[in-house]
Amino acid sequence: MHPSPPAIDPRQLLEQMLLIRAYEEAIVAGSAAGKLPGTCTSVGQEAAAVGVVNALEADDLILTNHRSAGHLLARGADPGRLLAEVMGRRDGYCKGRSGSLHISAKELGVVLTSTIVGAELSLAPGVALSQTMLGRPGIVVCFFGDGAACEGSFHESLNLAALWNLPILYVCENNQWQAFVHRREAMSREHVADWAAAYGIPTRTVDGNDVFAVLGAAQAAAAEVRDSQRPYLLETCTYRTRGHLEPDDQGYVDQAELAAWLARDPIAACRDRLLADGSLTPAQAAALADQVSTRIAIAQAFAEASPFPAAEELCRDVYA
Amino acid sequence: MPTLTLYDAVGAALTEEMRRDSSVIAFGEGIATKRHELVDEFGGLRVRNTPLAEGIIAGTAVGAAATGLRPVVDLLFAPFLCYAMDELVNSAGKLRYLSGGQFSFPLVTLAMTGAGWGVGAQHNHNVEAWFVHSPGLKVVMPSTPADAKALLKSAIRDDNPVLFFLDIGLLYQPGEVPSDEQTLPLGRAAIVREGQDVTLISYGKTVHHCQRAAETLAGQGIAAEVIDLRSLKPLDESTILASVRKTGRLVVVHEANRLCGIGAEIAALVAEYAFAALKAPIVRLGGPDAPVAASYPLEQTSVPQAADIAAAAERLCSAQPA
Repeated sequence: MHPSPPAIDPRQLLEQMLLIRAYEEAIVAGSAAGKLPGTCTSVGQEAAAVGVVNALEADDLILTNHRSAGHLLARGADPGRLLAEVMGRRDGYCKGRSGSLHISAKELGVVLTSTIVGAELSLAPGVALSQTMLGRPGIVVCFFGDGAACEGSFHESLNLAALWNLPILYVCENNQWQAFVHRREAMSREHVADWAAAYGIPTRTVDGNDVFAVLGAAQAAAAEVRDSQRPYLLETCTYRTRGHLEPDDQGYVDQAELAAWLARDPIAACRDRLLADGSLTPAQAAALADQVSTRIAIAQAFAEASPFPAAEELCRDVYA
Repeated sequence: MPTLTLYDAVGAALTEEMRRDSSVIAFGEGIATKRHELVDEFGGLRVRNTPLAEGIIAGTAVGAAATGLRPVVDLLFAPFLCYAMDELVNSAGKLRYLSGGQFSFPLVTLAMTGAGWGVGAQHNHNVEAWFVHSPGLKVVMPSTPADAKALLKSAIRDDNPVLFFLDIGLLYQPGEVPSDEQTLPLGRAAIVREGQDVTLISYGKTVHHCQRAAETLAGQGIAAEVIDLRSLKPLDESTILASVRKTGRLVVVHEANRLCGIGAEIAALVAEYAFAALKAPIVRLGGPDAPVAASYPLEQTSVPQAADIAAAAERLCSAQPA
C-alpha cells in the first residue's frame, strides 16, 4: 500500500475554488466587454475539479478538455499565464496559440488537452502506456464530461485500459449538459459509472458539489489505481451553471433545475461548513476573498501587458 | 543482396529499429499474430494485438508518442483511417502547434491501399492526399522493398507523425534490399530513370507503370525521366522543378482520384514556378472520381497503366509548341 496522502488544509480547497470562480468571472466580464473571446466556463463545477486535483501527486499526469480552468488552477497554474493564453498573448502557456480551449501545461503535468469531445479519452491509454512501459511512478487522470461518455472513444478507451491494465483514473464530471442537450436526452443510463462497470472497472459516484466528498473519493480512487495499476472511474455529479459557452442566456434550461443546483453552490457549501466547524473565521473568509481578488487583478494586468505573438510565429511548431 | 518482399522489408525495418531503440513499440490489428517473430524477439509488451478499434489504436499511439514512446501502429486498410482521423488529424497533427510546441508525436501509422486484391472501395481507397492536406503530418508511400525498409526506418526515427502507406499490389513483390542499416531521408524523391524529353512523376505501384512506359517510349526515340516521389509530404519540389525545367513536359500519374489528388498539387507547383519551361500542357493521369470496384477488371481499369502513360507522353512530345 502507498502511504496515506498528507492531510489537506480545508482552507486551501476553499481558496482554490474561490480563485477558479474569480478567474472565470474575470473572463466573463472581459468577454462581455469585448476584451477576450467567450469561453466554456467551469462555474458551478469547482468542487469537482479541486477535490480530484488535490488528491493527486506531483508526478501524476492530467488530461483535460475544453472546460479546464478548474483543473489547471487547482494544479497550480498561474492565472496570469492562463488569462494571457485566453487572450491570445505571447506569455500564455501555449504562446497564445491555444486560446481557452486546448490549454496544456506540461510543466504542471497537464498534457494533451483537446477540445474534441472524447479525444481526452482516446489519448489517455497511450499516456498511461508510457508511464508503465517507461517505469514512471505517476498515474494518469482523465477528466471528461457526460457528453464525452456518449462518444465511442469512451467505450474504446475503457475497454483497452481494462484489457491492458493501464493506471488511469477516469473522472467523469457529469454536469448534466452536453453542449445544448440535457443528459437525459442523450444517455440511456442515469450514470456514466453504469457503463464503466460493464468493462469490469471499479466505480464510484459522488456528489460533485461537495469538495470534501470528492476529495475523499478521489484519494481512495487514486490509491486504488496506484496499487492495482488498473483503471477506476469516479463520477462527480455536478452542474454547469453558466451554460455552454459565454455568453449563454440558458433560455433552454429548466429554471427550477438550475435554481436547485445554484442553491447547492459548492463554494458557499464549503465556506459555510468551515465557518460552522470553526476552521475558518468570518475575518479569514473575507481575507481569502480579498487575496483571490488581488491575484486575479495582478493576473489581468500581466495578461493585458503581454504582447500578441509576432507574425513570424504563424508557422512555427507545426513540425518537430 | 538479399531479396525480400515489401511486406518482409517492413518487418526488417521494424526489427532493426526495435533493436536500436527500446522506446519503439508496435501494436495494431493482428500485428502480433502476423509478425510473431517480433513478439518472439521483443516480447508481448512491446508488440501487441489490439481490438479492431482504429480510433483507440491511433489515440493510444498519439498519447504514447507525446509522452516518450515511439509507436508504430498497423491499421490494416487505408479506408479504416476514417475511424482514426480525429486522433491523427486533430490530435497528432495539431496539438504540437496548439500547445506552443510542448509536445512532439513520433509515431508511424501503417495502412495498406491500392488495387491488386479486389477488395473493393472500403478496403482500397487511396486517401493519401487527405493527410497531405492536414498540417503537422508527413506522408510516405514507397514503391520498392528497399525503399520501404529505408523509409520506414527514417519514419520511425522522425519526431513527427508519419502516415506510411503500403501499396497492396506491391506487398508481395520481391526486391533486393540492402542488409545494412540504410535509411533514406523523408522528403527526397528518386530519379529512377533519366531522360531529356518528358518527365513522368509518380509514387507507389504506378512508378513501375511509368518505368514500363519509359521503355516503350525509348523504342520510339523518346527519353522519359521517371521520378518516384517516395514522400508525398514533405514533397521534393526541387527535384520536380529541376526535371520539368530540363524536359519541358510533364505527366503526373497516380492511382488515387485525380480530383484534388497529389497530381493537382504538382501540376500547380510546376505551373507556378516552371511555366516558362513548359513546351506542352501538363497531363494528369489518375483514378476516376468513383469508389473502387471489387471486380478485378474494373479495379485494374481504375489504375493508369503503362500504355496510358506512354500514349500521354507520346502525345505531349509530338505536339507542336504553341
